[in-house]
Amino acid sequence: MSTSITPPVLEARNITKVFPGVIANEDVNLVLHKGEILALLGENGAGKSTLMNIIFGLYHPTHGEIFVNGKPVVMKSPRDAIALGIGMVHQHFQLVPVMTVTDNIMLGDESVKNGLLDRRAVAERIRALSRKYGLEVDPDAIVEDLPVGVRQRVEILKALYRNAKILILDEPTAVLTPQEIEGLFEVMETLRRQGESIIFITHKLKEVLRIADRIMVLRNGRVVGEADPRTATQQQLASMMVGREVILTVDKGPAHPGETVLEVEGLCATSDLGEPALRNISFQVRAGEILGVAGVQGNGQTELVEVITGLRRADAGHVRIKGVDMTNASPRRITHEGRSSHVPEDRHAYGMVDSYTVADNLVLNQYYLPPFAKGVTIQEAAIAAHARELVKKFDVRTPSIYTPGGSLSGGNQQKMVVAREFSRPIQLLIAAQPTRGIDVGSIEFIHNQIVAKRDEGVAVLLVSAELDEIMALSDRIAVMYKGEIIDVVDRADATREGLGLLMAGVKHEAVR
Amino acid sequence: MRLSVLRRIGYMVLIPILAVFSALLLGAIIMWIFGDDPLAAYRGLWTGAFGSPRAWSTTIRKMTPLILTGLSVAVAFKAGLFNIGASGQFLIGSVCSVAVGVNFEGLPAFVHLPLALLAGVAGGVLWGFIPGALKVFTGAHEVIVTIMLNYVASLFAAWTVYAGGTQGQTPGPLWDRTAGAISRTPEVFMSARLPWIVPEPYRIHWGVAIALLVALIMWWILFKTTLGFSTRTVGANSKAARYAGINVRWITILTMMIAGGLAGLAGAIETLGLNHRFAPEFTGGVGFQGITVALLGQTNPIGVVLAAFLLGALEAGAARMQFDSGVAADIIQVIQALVLAFVAAPLIIRQIYRIRKPSDQVETTVFSTGWGR
Repeated sequence: MSTSITPPVLEARNITKVFPGVIANEDVNLVLHKGEILALLGENGAGKSTLMNIIFGLYHPTHGEIFVNGKPVVMKSPRDAIALGIGMVHQHFQLVPVMTVTDNIMLGDESVKNGLLDRRAVAERIRALSRKYGLEVDPDAIVEDLPVGVRQRVEILKALYRNAKILILDEPTAVLTPQEIEGLFEVMETLRRQGESIIFITHKLKEVLRIADRIMVLRNGRVVGEADPRTATQQQLASMMVGREVILTVDKGPAHPGETVLEVEGLCATSDLGEPALRNISFQVRAGEILGVAGVQGNGQTELVEVITGLRRADAGHVRIKGVDMTNASPRRITHEGRSSHVPEDRHAYGMVDSYTVADNLVLNQYYLPPFAKGVTIQEAAIAAHARELVKKFDVRTPSIYTPGGSLSGGNQQKMVVAREFSRPIQLLIAAQPTRGIDVGSIEFIHNQIVAKRDEGVAVLLVSAELDEIMALSDRIAVMYKGEIIDVVDRADATREGLGLLMAGVKHEAVR
Repeated sequence: MRLSVLRRIGYMVLIPILAVFSALLLGAIIMWIFGDDPLAAYRGLWTGAFGSPRAWSTTIRKMTPLILTGLSVAVAFKAGLFNIGASGQFLIGSVCSVAVGVNFEGLPAFVHLPLALLAGVAGGVLWGFIPGALKVFTGAHEVIVTIMLNYVASLFAAWTVYAGGTQGQTPGPLWDRTAGAISRTPEVFMSARLPWIVPEPYRIHWGVAIALLVALIMWWILFKTTLGFSTRTVGANSKAARYAGINVRWITILTMMIAGGLAGLAGAIETLGLNHRFAPEFTGGVGFQGITVALLGQTNPIGVVLAAFLLGALEAGAARMQFDSGVAADIIQVIQALVLAFVAAPLIIRQIYRIRKPSDQVETTVFSTGWGR
């Protein structure tokens, strides 16, 4: 390799970062060459973000040095990092929704002509960059009108506009649809061809094998190894990440469906934007089976779950649980009388209160029931006992049951939500994106819990944008497209290609 | 766990204490710039607030309504609502309690007084219900509606005691017919007055005991009951509250009613305990000070009592300060405004004193959820 001739564009040597009580990074070495995509793989809390924040100048390492193009550098702030040609695309976009693409890109680095903003020159440069890197974006578009995938391109352009030669992409695929992910990979390939170097942070194994030139695995703040994507397998990478053997496939026996629990008939509903989101949806879920709802994000899955759980009004149609009409019933009645659980797709918005303790979050929808309440008074001892039991049973890693839920890692937050929803006697489970944005170890755990619920005789409605998850867990698969259920197929008859076509709205008999 | 709880409490009191300290310091600098003697001023302030039994009684008297208006604003904050209407609710509470207090002669005190207090609470509840219901059913922001209702309340209150005009304008229904051209109500009957705990010249009435008791009850409701859990959940994350089966609309209306009732009770107590009548010069200023009290008290009922005590002391000491040092009592308003600015923008305090946020975030209160929600 040519490493001995040109120094690496970025090198971190013996980086150690100690926070009070925690060693976030310990003796980490990282080398990034020109025109290379380095994947940084690790579970939540493995120290990936800390390392990147050090490289982007947000944190100072306790020990260790950073070299850019062979020269040692000290970065006091992201401003220094940007000046050195380092750009970062954060998982949560740092864009102003009401401003145009041009305004967003020049924000903080405005071009001025005669004391006025020179938008035209900026837009021209954005167009040139778009062409060079294959990043199609209309500079005059308002950011809030753009789909998520395009907003991400704006973020990448923002970094390139500041002459970034090293791009850090923090979990860039977490928010994208399969198509958008493919688009992002094409962009990354173009960037690589143009000599950009990329650090790609993720915990999705398949993506790493697809795009990376080199893989570095972090665990507990240390580098546990490197892998070559040409020879590595998902199984190996997962074991490196978690530190033990991980079963990537879900072990489950055949379903024994019983009576119908959830019945949806002719359901119609409207989206927040006032457009029809559900068009005449009908299906049934029986006790002891998992019905998976597949589909590209934004085809009505969110609205479907909201209507069934009472969070959104149905315009027409019926929802019945065990024959009882629950159409437009209150969420509390559906939970309580319908004996149902709901793992919401957006856990921060709906599933938990960040500022509440783990203990309080674990009774979020039962706090008013005995033994957690006696009359009007909250029974703190019962809530604490309940929390201790669930934290242990569901392996929620938290310093204490009084720690605010918001300070747990994503995987543990989700385990907390799952613990709450799975621990009471139910007949219906509605799980929306139950493993979104969480680590492999937690995914394995939650998948097994869902199958266990099914085997107890619970009717499970599983909504997921991850086709792998749908294929692994479902007994039957319903595919949503533009607010309709375009088809329902048996898992045994379903193929990845067939489902992909259905998700794109193509329905033909060959799929069956 | 004990340690982390202590740390959190420490953090909760640190910002308010530094805010007060900074405000006093900045106040001193302002006095110094204008050629006054800040040390003499603060010495006078201290004497006026704590220097004698009389001073203490004034502090307690000033503190009493502030506890209740502070609770009013704080409780609303807990549900994610910004009640700027404590001032109007206070005035309506005053007027309603006077209306009962100047009527029903001959009722025994154990009926008349509770009835008058209850009338004040009811008036405040109504004045809180209106913005709550408008928010829930029409989406009107409570900040706008409560500000508007402050004007309505103050003009309505003035009308009820209006003496009538020289051109034959009708006097208001509560006007004191013996007062000639003066706009005011008669004094409330003895049976409707709050008795003194310590009589003249100290004039400490039972209102302070009621206020402290109510603070304790509000603390219990907020942190020990299911209603409190629901309310705090709505304030911390209204979507999660809906998911958890909490009736967010009802909690919103109920919280505004409770907030209004607390400010209304403040008005009733101030009237039945101290003024014994209503006149247009009694303004709802303590309603606005309630915002400072609530923020300084970190929206916690116990904190509110401490903050009310502090603001009460500032108010009590102002006159003596002016008398002793010649510094205009208005500087106290400046200091209060600075306190409000510092507690409302804790980032300033954190920057000045280089305080880092604790790693596990404290249960924070959302002070405003923005417009259009």
